[in-house]
Amino acid sequence: MSDLTIISTLFASSARLQKKRAYLTIAAIAWGTVAILMLLAFGEGLKRQLDRNRRSTGENLAVIWPGETSKTYKGLPAGRAIHVRAGDIDWIRERMPELRAVHGEMQTWRPATYGRTVKNLRIIGTNPSYGESRKHYPVAGGRFFNDEDEAQRRRVIFLGDEVAKDLFGHEDPVGKTLLIANSPYLVIGVMQHKTQMGMYGGPDSNHAVIPMSTFRAQFSREVLQELVIEVQDPAQMKAELRKLNEVLGPKYGYDPGDDHAMHTWDMVKSSQVTKNILTGIQLFLGIVGALTLIIGGVGVANIMYAVVKERTREIGVKMALGAKRRWIIVPFVLEGLTYTLVGGALGMTIATLLVASMSFIDIEHNKVLSFLGRPTLSLQIGMFTSCILGLIGVLAGYFPARRAASIDPAATLRYE
Amino acid sequence: MNRNGSIIHMSGIRKVYDTGKVKVEALKGVDLEIRKGEMVAIVGPSGSGKSTLMNLLGCLDTPTAGSYELGGDDVAGVTRDELAEIRNRRVGFVFQNFNLLPHISSQENVEMPMLFGGVPVRERRERARDLLTKVGLGDRVDHKPTELSGGQMQRVAIARALAMDPAIILADEPTGNLDTSSGSDIMSIFNELWKQGRTLVIITHDPALAKRASRVVEIRDGVVMNDHMN
Repeated sequence: MSDLTIISTLFASSARLQKKRAYLTIAAIAWGTVAILMLLAFGEGLKRQLDRNRRSTGENLAVIWPGETSKTYKGLPAGRAIHVRAGDIDWIRERMPELRAVHGEMQTWRPATYGRTVKNLRIIGTNPSYGESRKHYPVAGGRFFNDEDEAQRRRVIFLGDEVAKDLFGHEDPVGKTLLIANSPYLVIGVMQHKTQMGMYGGPDSNHAVIPMSTFRAQFSREVLQELVIEVQDPAQMKAELRKLNEVLGPKYGYDPGDDHAMHTWDMVKSSQVTKNILTGIQLFLGIVGALTLIIGGVGVANIMYAVVKERTREIGVKMALGAKRRWIIVPFVLEGLTYTLVGGALGMTIATLLVASMSFIDIEHNKVLSFLGRPTLSLQIGMFTSCILGLIGVLAGYFPARRAASIDPAATLRYE
Repeated sequence: MNRNGSIIHMSGIRKVYDTGKVKVEALKGVDLEIRKGEMVAIVGPSGSGKSTLMNLLGCLDTPTAGSYELGGDDVAGVTRDELAEIRNRRVGFVFQNFNLLPHISSQENVEMPMLFGGVPVRERRERARDLLTKVGLGDRVDHKPTELSGGQMQRVAIARALAMDPAIILADEPTGNLDTSSGSDIMSIFNELWKQGRTLVIITHDPALAKRASRVVEIRDGVVMNDHMN
């Protein structure tokens, strides 16, 4: 007969905990499981939400602000201001064709008037592909401006959702005309609401975007405030930024190694930092949860130690009748594991129900929750928790079982 | 089994309990030979080393020095698991306090040694039922020990001791917790077993019980003081 048969027969016929004790032990494990799962679910929700919010600015982007030189270069003194012009965008595109997109941005603050409402508005002049790169997605019924608008220098305007609300209230702005510097502009689209993590100058919801050709004509500008580049692959960003300076340096007369000439915000790099912080938070939450669960495990071990003490005679009898060490140990480990796994399954059910019930909360329009996100359980979280539960269950059973197996049968069998 | 038919062969057995600070020599050189078919009573006052001898005879413990052969197996230097196997196959225990597992039935109690001995489940069940019937408990197979009287419990214990058909039955004060009438029932069963040719070793301090044995071995201060046939 195999060990397995013997062990399963012994396990099936061994005494069970008193009900109250079993319930308490299982409840302790369930509590620990709920704690670890909820902590990890909050962490996961936060991570996903932050990731979403981070991406809402755009992905694989870098923003470059022309500044002043801090080094002399080919006879030129330090302290020269660098001016990148609208025409340079195509010039860069030609020299760096591997970039997915190059955009220029011009900015101005002007009062915008609709009916009796006036709002001081940040207006951006840029290229049509900016809408896609910078995730200016239109609400249904609207659009971002296109190449035709740019070529024709049309006075069309795309509004951030906050701007639209401030100027138009509950009216649909699309097709309406507003006045900027006494020129009429046709509203062609309103941006979909987004929670934005990374921003420069202000949130996208608070500005309005027009074609660069229109901007140049209207406000007589040539100099770009910012350049925005988009790479194909985030891994290329560092090299592409270096290459950009090597391309622009000789043209504008600055040392490509001069980091004051072009101030750069590398979003790929900063998103990596965010990711690392989030991993740290997840790890921290996991450890806190695991510690809570370990307390439950200590409870199981404690109960099992008490059980070993109570069943000392029973164990001694089994040994006298010829039970080998493993036939004593394994059923004990199984018993500890059973309490742990039953508690774990209960905790997982409770946590899943809790998380599911939170999916009904509206987080998009809540200022705090739109950053915190919604608690989310994932397969990895489930696996991680199961592994910890299994480990705790085995350990909580093993050490008491080892004590059981070290019982000296001769000492336990005689007299009451 | 040895050539001369002895089942138990002890020579120069010493047992020292070392508690760290104090060393207690419980057995100081015991020589004991028990042949097949004998019914031996081991008597002696408390503290004489009876219990130690019982533990060694039952392979619950190993001697500090000396050699012990049980049914031809040398017990010296075996592992705990091997010792467990020897107990399982060679020794049937009957204890003063019965030592039945309280939460399982008489039937399952009797099956327990056979489970450890690897007897298939059907055979186990049949044999346990037979043995219980033989000790007069055919109608109590599904009762738990707590539902039985002391005498009945001891009879279950005897059935359990016989389960693996061991070389010796080792009984430690088997009537110590029983009233006179149940005690004499148990002794009758032992006599019956003896007549069937089984080897019994009974540890007792009851002279009446010792009288019914074929041989009495008296232990005192860790040595055999007296060894005579009845």
